[in-house]
Amino acid sequence: MELTLWTYEGPPHVGAIRVAASMERVHLVLHAPQGDTYADLLFTMIERDGKRPPVTYTTFQARDLGGSTANCFLDTLRAAADRFKPQVLLVADSCTAELLQDQPGSLAATAGISIPVVPLEMVAYSRKENWGASETFFQLVAGLLRGVEKPAATADNRPVRPSVNLLGPTKLGFRCRDDILEIESLLNGVGIDVNVVAPLGASPADLLEIPNADLNVCLYPEVAASTCQWLKRQFGMPYVDIVPLGYGATRDFLTAVSEALDYPINIDAIDHCRLPWYSRSVDSTYLTGKRVFIFGDATHAIAAARVASRELGFEVVGLGTYAREQARDVRAAAKELGLEALITSDYLEVEAAVERLAPELVLGTQMERHIAKRLGIGCAVISTPAHVQDYPARYSPQMGFEGANVMFDTWVHPLVMGLEEHLLTMFRDDFEFNDSAVPSHLAEEGGVSKRPEEQVNADDAEIAWANSAELELKKIPFFVRGKARRNTESFAVEHGLNVIEVETLYEAKAHFSR
Amino acid sequence: MGAVLATDVGRKDGGPDITVERGQRAVFCGLTSIVWLHRKIQDAFFLVVGSRTCAHLIQSAAGVMIFSEPRFATAVLDDRDLAGMADCSEEVERMIAKVLQRRPNLKTLFLVSSCPSEVIKIDLENIAKRYRERSQGSLRVISYSGSGIETTFTQGEDSCLQNLVPEMPVHTVEKNQLLVVGSLPDIVEDQFARLFGELGIEELNFFPGRQSETLPSIGPGTRILLAQPYLGETARALIARGATLLAAPFPLGAEGSLAWFRAAAESFNVPEDVFKSTMRAPFERAQRSLEGCKETLENRRIAFLPDSQLEIPLARFLSRECGMVPTEVSTPFYDALTMAQEAPLLPEGVEWFEGQDLDTALDRVRASRPDLTVCGMGIANPLEAEGLRTKWSIELMFSPIQGFDQAGDLAELFARPLRRQARLEVGSWS
Repeated sequence: MELTLWTYEGPPHVGAIRVAASMERVHLVLHAPQGDTYADLLFTMIERDGKRPPVTYTTFQARDLGGSTANCFLDTLRAAADRFKPQVLLVADSCTAELLQDQPGSLAATAGISIPVVPLEMVAYSRKENWGASETFFQLVAGLLRGVEKPAATADNRPVRPSVNLLGPTKLGFRCRDDILEIESLLNGVGIDVNVVAPLGASPADLLEIPNADLNVCLYPEVAASTCQWLKRQFGMPYVDIVPLGYGATRDFLTAVSEALDYPINIDAIDHCRLPWYSRSVDSTYLTGKRVFIFGDATHAIAAARVASRELGFEVVGLGTYAREQARDVRAAAKELGLEALITSDYLEVEAAVERLAPELVLGTQMERHIAKRLGIGCAVISTPAHVQDYPARYSPQMGFEGANVMFDTWVHPLVMGLEEHLLTMFRDDFEFNDSAVPSHLAEEGGVSKRPEEQVNADDAEIAWANSAELELKKIPFFVRGKARRNTESFAVEHGLNVIEVETLYEAKAHFSR
Repeated sequence: MGAVLATDVGRKDGGPDITVERGQRAVFCGLTSIVWLHRKIQDAFFLVVGSRTCAHLIQSAAGVMIFSEPRFATAVLDDRDLAGMADCSEEVERMIAKVLQRRPNLKTLFLVSSCPSEVIKIDLENIAKRYRERSQGSLRVISYSGSGIETTFTQGEDSCLQNLVPEMPVHTVEKNQLLVVGSLPDIVEDQFARLFGELGIEELNFFPGRQSETLPSIGPGTRILLAQPYLGETARALIARGATLLAAPFPLGAEGSLAWFRAAAESFNVPEDVFKSTMRAPFERAQRSLEGCKETLENRRIAFLPDSQLEIPLARFLSRECGMVPTEVSTPFYDALTMAQEAPLLPEGVEWFEGQDLDTALDRVRASRPDLTVCGMGIANPLEAEGLRTKWSIELMFSPIQGFDQAGDLAELFARPLRRQARLEVGSWS
């Protein structure tokens, strides 16, 4: 058993629902007890979907246990096939049904239904949501395309323009809706067609068209990596797995697409990204070395680390993921930055890390947004799990050149602006404009309505601050005061000092600025 | 309305004509009630023994995550537990130790069973018992079922309280006492306590209370008044320990609240003039507070899909005090014991359903197109997208709605979607 307070990922069958809900004319019959229908609200409330996900749940109860749950499943399956008439039926167990061993896949095979059925094994007790989405997508694609001939590339049927498939975007993914538009327009702009986007918006009939493209783009490896690998084995289709998150990554992505297609792309001609200039403009000087903590799914966390360190000039002080499946990649990215990656699904551990590292900005999930809010630190959400405000009405991609612009704005916004930093210092003692007031642009952020009192660490209670030193500390702007206090105290401990004097404060400052 | 003995209200006859549906049920399971129970009983911790689904459900149902370390958690079962490689009772005790490490001052720990823990037959009751025997500490460890196979949504609270009943000490004092049963927001509890005080009913307890260390006593002198309609099993357990259930509708709306207080007043022989003088001001205030919404709600048709068990009392309040016209009232299950005083108050022409068959129910709503549909969160936006107005019912569990001074707020919850419809120029609700 594992003690879980909040969970970053749902169970694997929620991943299956995400794929089903992303697609057209697919219906999932889920063998699940009463209560598992809560998953509907993830789609209808968080993503504001105007229709229920295409799922029928058996919702068995205690009175159904003992032999008749299999019949309950068959009745539900037939009724769903009848009512919804999908092109493909998916059948799966949720965690409880898995224990009953009714085996929906075998039952469905004998149900006498004319609609093709793709059975899913969700292994609920060892896997999680993203794996479930990946497995479902893979089983659907493989189920439909296994045994299909690779289309022969003859001079007649070869299209003039190269084409690619965009694989991996799903419902409840992070900004998938807008990322697709951005990448599609980017590729169209250089003369590349998008053949199939899947799972989001695709029907089973569309999946049959996948082999007709020249290249697969693995846009979200969490969902599409195994499918891309299989398509390569099955049809010899190459795939690009550079995820176009960030300015540099977008250019790398286009280069990789160009090479894989053997098709020249003039990247400069379509590169209108503002991030490079915004990042070089003088106001951005204040971004230099801002301490940032990053946590999320592997793809977004790794990409954020690159953007933060190399495109915004931040100092990444922590990097981690809840996705154990991709832990290796995150460890490697962290190592490059001289860090040890935090691989955990325990949000208390993440909270402890944020508290210890005292970053000035947290880039994370909905969980880290809560952590940052509690600690009074600015935050931007970069990854799922996300809440309703992270499915915005406006166009707000993360991928491509526009995505890089969006990231620049979203990440810089929670920080104290460059000029404002100086003004705060100048006006520190002004009775109206003082450092206990919230920066004006943050007042409406819903986040920090009042600056939290600096916590004096209870463990360091044996260290006393002389009044003069305490007063001197107050002259330091609030946004570095906490760090200064902690640094000075650890300096004092290190040097066996019991009382912190003004001198100690400056000794510590010198010590830590080496 | 007179106080009736429990034995008189348990009969099923005279109930409404209900169609029972067995099909796909779009309801939460009992674990969901932890969302409000952990806020109510602040010295308790709820440890669910279940799967990742359980943990995911509770945090999703809570809508937004609560902004601190929660007083609930899930011990997520893994392959080792299922394969019998790990001793489940040792594992649960390891989890308890982890919880206690973070929260050494807990008074009660609820071990909540879930669908998977019940299917693989982890005996939490026995684990709780053994833990208490061995530890002999001050921590009360209680097990109860919050699983979807045994409970729906609000039944989780019923299951929790029912399992606390054996812990209540025997009531030995001669004087009769009043026990208000069902978790209420603190502000409502305080209002009720003030009014009972003014009525001269001094021996008063709320169950659950804000702390769990000392539980109210129970015995033949105990009169119980249900504040929530989903507590049938708890009521039966209390009756079995000698308590008397007072027959009353639920304290929703001015009329409902008045009748609820009257049941207590009559049982405690409160003089009529004291009752009238105490109730006059709050009752009139409640009536006044409804005026604002009446215009919006009057003659509007409302359908209830099954969800919280509040459907019948709400339909009664909205029809009798706000002039709404209930078309369909569906409830997850019908309990004649708790609904005896409510059911007869609903108008003629209401279609009654127990259980659910989701797609059929949605077909009915699409066909009859009521002005407002009360439903679970998963269904609300899809119905809105089809041009129907909805009120999602979990809000009724999270907001103070009981009593005189919340009557207006309760009506407002139903009026707001209709007012919004009248205001908006964008999009269209047909």
